[in-house]
Amino acid sequence: MELYGYKVPKMAALLVWVVIWEIIGQFELVMLFPPFSDVLLAIPDVITTPSFLEAARITVLSYLGGLALALVVGVSLGLLMGLVKPADRLLNMWVNVFLSAPLSALVPVIMILFGMGMPTVIVTVFMFAVWIIALDTRAGVLHVSPSLMEMSSSFGASRWHRMKIILLSALPEILAGFRLGVIRGVKGVVIGQLLVSIIGVGALFALYSQNFLMAHFWALILILFAFALGLAEMIGRLEQRVEYYAGARS
Amino acid sequence: MTGALGVLADNTPVLWRLLSLALFFAAWEIAGRTNFNYAFPTFFETMTALWEMTADGSLFSAYLRTLQPLVIGLVFSLAVGVSAGVLMGLRRDAEWITLPVFITMQAAPMAALIPLITFVYGIGMTSKVLAVVMLAMPVIAINSYKSVRNVSPSLVDMCKSFQGSRRQQVFRIILPAASPMMFAGIRLGVAEGFSGAVLAELLITPTGIGDLITYSRSVAQFDHMYAVILSIVAFAVITVSLLQLLETKLFRPEKRGT
Amino acid sequence: MHMTQPIVAETEADQIIEVAGIHKVYNETVTALKDINLGFGRGELTSLLGPSGCGKTTLLKIISGLLKPTSGEIRVNGETVTGPGPERAFVFQDFALMPWATVLKNAAFGLELKGVGQKAREDKARHYINEVGLAGFEDKYPHELSGGMRQRVGLARALAVEAEVLLMDEPFSAVDEQTRRKFQEDLIRLRETENKTFILVTHSIEEAVYLSDRIVLLSPRPGRLKQVVTPEIDRSGNPEAIRRNPEYLDLIDDIWAGLRDYVE
Repeated sequence: MELYGYKVPKMAALLVWVVIWEIIGQFELVMLFPPFSDVLLAIPDVITTPSFLEAARITVLSYLGGLALALVVGVSLGLLMGLVKPADRLLNMWVNVFLSAPLSALVPVIMILFGMGMPTVIVTVFMFAVWIIALDTRAGVLHVSPSLMEMSSSFGASRWHRMKIILLSALPEILAGFRLGVIRGVKGVVIGQLLVSIIGVGALFALYSQNFLMAHFWALILILFAFALGLAEMIGRLEQRVEYYAGARS
Repeated sequence: MTGALGVLADNTPVLWRLLSLALFFAAWEIAGRTNFNYAFPTFFETMTALWEMTADGSLFSAYLRTLQPLVIGLVFSLAVGVSAGVLMGLRRDAEWITLPVFITMQAAPMAALIPLITFVYGIGMTSKVLAVVMLAMPVIAINSYKSVRNVSPSLVDMCKSFQGSRRQQVFRIILPAASPMMFAGIRLGVAEGFSGAVLAELLITPTGIGDLITYSRSVAQFDHMYAVILSIVAFAVITVSLLQLLETKLFRPEKRGT
Repeated sequence: MHMTQPIVAETEADQIIEVAGIHKVYNETVTALKDINLGFGRGELTSLLGPSGCGKTTLLKIISGLLKPTSGEIRVNGETVTGPGPERAFVFQDFALMPWATVLKNAAFGLELKGVGQKAREDKARHYINEVGLAGFEDKYPHELSGGMRQRVGLARALAVEAEVLLMDEPFSAVDEQTRRKFQEDLIRLRETENKTFILVTHSIEEAVYLSDRIVLLSPRPGRLKQVVTPEIDRSGNPEAIRRNPEYLDLIDDIWAGLRDYVE
């Protein structure tokens, strides 16, 4: 009932907000919002400029690079913390610190260490995404049912085999962490470019605000939002498939 | 995720935590001494810089500036976010119209709006407060909503079965039962708010902490820059952890004492 | 001897609750209950027994007023039920205790909602906490208690409002076997001091036979009245002796013989 009655009106409500936005824009009630139709019209304009294509390239490449790095490091870190108690005691605090720290404050440091280009953006994405992946992987490993582990050792499973069982049973949590990492990573890729400000999306924003192109500004933001929401939705679908057996597990 | 922000409240023994800190700082010190990067100070240089800035009062006055938009933004986010979340949790119509907006705001990179806001509202307090609100409010609202939705239906049935009024249901059952998760959301929101405040000061116009970071960098006083960043990270983490302790002290009698 | 009655609308004089023509359909497709007509005598303990999915909890919640029937009505003391009322108190399967409140406050909650003053409600709650065997635990929090003790708090809370009818939804299903047995024995003793009507939902045949004056058997999907059984077991002596009573044992076998078809 929820699924059916939920999906459809969710979109409808956003349409209502778009209409309100259009009205605000047409009557110039709030300066922040140009008419939504203007923003839509600006989208093709934005997409076709060469600097947008360059920004998109930088964004996608550094996002994927940072996220891949975060996934590998995050899962390994999580496994380490879940399996080795002293490692957990040493690292748990730092993972938690970085989860609640204002990571934007670290970007200036990253900028000095990695230069004013793509490496900085990649590291920013990594820093935003890695900790939640590590923490959720750790939780997944700690939640592996003890009887499953006893079963596998009673049947004489090899070390490699047991590792596989641990990874597979932690998969729902790993994916949950990855989904949050994906969302945080998008924030990282945007914040990184904004602070570096001379490449990619950051450069575009600077260009639009210098030329007072409000509609273009919003068009770019909408594209970024669509990118973020599309990714979140995709991972959500993947997660539902995995939850199929996670539900049977608990 | 709920317990993710309890740095001071997790159950790692104190000795391990001290060891962990010591190892981290030692690694920092050694990395700094290898001079692998001209802009990477050692841990002791950073601590000395931190002490200097604390002693001459520049750190204190910077925090005073930074805290203004942060506190105003957080108070606003708390008031609006919690009420919107609770309302969405209690009323289907409010949920239908408002929830998609908050879901979008939480999943989207709201920081992208900061340049736009600066563009429209200038470089003053309004922009900075808005930056804090944009980052902090969605997570507070969404968590308040989820917490109300997650209240055990049998507790609500229990209240109904004793002929509790709707008012009693909300204030005696739903809000108390929702509060642990709501507080977890508030902690996440405060952490986001710190991010918003720092980001605003780095992006909009250098004041307070953002100014100290930008200025130290421009004059190549990297030890000062690291000291400021270290202090704001520590400040944010400690604030969030203290919030958790405060919550336990004030609102969770069942967790107090034994 | 026990006897098996045909299903007829009973017309005994002193019926505190009447269930008349209850249908319950979920989502316009799933029929949970079909044409239920029943009466509950004052002071009796009746069990609603059946396999999972037979709608026994749904029926109990309709009687309590927490759920609305699709058609039909419930009358309590001759008056049609529109929602929960002061004559009925509910005991929940998952205890439904407030984790942030002490045993005393939980037990007094029903009275508190009714606006009873603090002193009066806490005195009464203390009395019933004592009655259910939890004296000394008044200031503990639910998470400090075992499952069985938590359900005793739920029972004390229901008793404290002094309703005529106690509606118990699988009250012992979330506690371990030993605790359950003790609890069942205590319930028999409690009935000697508290003159109340009990309606108990259970999926345990032993529990139903052990406790009940009358057992209503429901068939699954859609839930219908299958049979009403009246155990005539002498419960006056040692509660432990009942479990060796031949009538008790025979009746369990009889009911199981009737129900096993549904399980296969």
